Amino acid sequence: METVKKHFFSDMGVMLGRSMRHIFRSMDTIFTVCITPIAMMLLFVYVFGGAIQTGTDNYVNYLLPGILLIAIASGVAYTSYRLFLDKQRGIFERFHSMPISRSTLLWGHVLTSLVSNAVSVVVIILVAFVMGFRSSAGILPWLAVTGILALFTLALTWVAAIAGLSAKSVDGASAFSYPIIFLPFISSAFVPTDSMPTVVRVFAENQPVTSIVEAIRALLAGQPVGNDIGVALAWCVGILLVAYFFAIRVYKKQV
Amino acid sequence: MQTVQTKSIQVKGLQKSYKQLQVLKGVDFEVEKGSIFALLGSNGAGKTTVVKILTTLLKQDGGTVAVGGFDVASKPDQVRQAIGLTGQFAAVDEILTGRENLIMIAKLRYLKNPRQVADDMLKRFGLTDAADRKASTYSGGMRRRLDIALSLVGNPQIIFLDEPTTGLDPEARIEVWKIVKELADGGTTILLTTQYLEEAEQLADRIAILHEGKIIAGGTLAELKKLFPSAKVEYVEKQPSLEEIFLAIVGKKEAK
Repeated sequence: METVKKHFFSDMGVMLGRSMRHIFRSMDTIFTVCITPIAMMLLFVYVFGGAIQTGTDNYVNYLLPGILLIAIASGVAYTSYRLFLDKQRGIFERFHSMPISRSTLLWGHVLTSLVSNAVSVVVIILVAFVMGFRSSAGILPWLAVTGILALFTLALTWVAAIAGLSAKSVDGASAFSYPIIFLPFISSAFVPTDSMPTVVRVFAENQPVTSIVEAIRALLAGQPVGNDIGVALAWCVGILLVAYFFAIRVYKKQV
Repeated sequence: MQTVQTKSIQVKGLQKSYKQLQVLKGVDFEVEKGSIFALLGSNGAGKTTVVKILTTLLKQDGGTVAVGGFDVASKPDQVRQAIGLTGQFAAVDEILTGRENLIMIAKLRYLKNPRQVADDMLKRFGLTDAADRKASTYSGGMRRRLDIALSLVGNPQIIFLDEPTTGLDPEARIEVWKIVKELADGGTTILLTTQYLEEAEQLADRIAILHEGKIIAGGTLAELKKLFPSAKVEYVEKQPSLEEIFLAIVGKKEAK
């Protein structure tokens, strides 16, 4: 047991190395993750944008946080997919019949998700910049934005892990992400919630995406964030803990 | 520490159920050190369940299992140190090259010189030319060879092969047989499961037939043959089997 624990970090390093190779050999997955959010951004800014009243003069600035969340929600589907393939192809069994710490395999996928989503987020921010995104935020607010996005990625990655581990088919493994991708549409990501009918508005204002979007938007605009950031963090940490708990349970049941 | 162990694997009264379905109903067998043991049975007989329990992937409901002298339930890490598993599906990472797959496993076994280990394995399994190609480009036989090579990294004393030749073409199957024989000659203990009678006949020192959750017959091939009515002498014209024809034709082609 002790030797196994002692090697946790070196095992982790090997797993991470494996996953990183997966990312860099399948750059197409990153393109796929980026392309829909970028297309949406183009559509909303250049087609619908003129008719949308958000009270700001720069709609790209308004839109970007929601677009980033959509990108992450679709990006984590690949974690689910990769986990499913590892399970189906016997990679799990290979690693689990070896004297290594069992959770390293799962953590390898989680770290990979963080890295690959970070790459997509950077690509999308660069495209947004070309489209006119500007931020007056300093280093600290940017760090805060990075932190929130990382936490959001981590939370959704563990949700993805549950899906990937319990799926019966490849399609099932990634299907969970569709509702999550849809959530930003019923939030303040694209339009202010004031214009929505009461029922929708109540939902929109109280679901996690709105507080996360508002917090990131305020941080990037250099405005005070108020209690949005607290609510956003609470949502992310809450989802993270619950999803982690269930993912580990599903994982343990299978090995 | 360890007394002289002549049994690499000892299974006593092994039981396992999935919900209501009782898959193993008290399985007993022993495997001598350095021998090849075949677990023969049709699909769904419980062969894979036995392998999974013996390789610490699954917990048994009842009975005791010792692998390499260690109890699988209480000392899984020691068991894992002693074994190599080749599962039913070739568990290779398709996005990595053959060499990278081997280096990865060598690192996870904390071997001194992972690159050297990988080179040696590639040479031994005739994969040197394909070493730097992604495993996804390998043929079924090459993939299986890499898969077996991966389970041999670190020279575990006991190897489990779960239906190692299912889905392979005749040539690849014979290659795998050759590997298994060489391993056993080198002193490695091998437990393999198969649904092919011929495979058990070709390879195994001892055979156990698993049927509906129990070992219904076991012993050497000669002992098993004795269980049946004595052989009659008949004169039958010996026709070549399709496999022999196939191999003869393909072999001729390659010789050209």
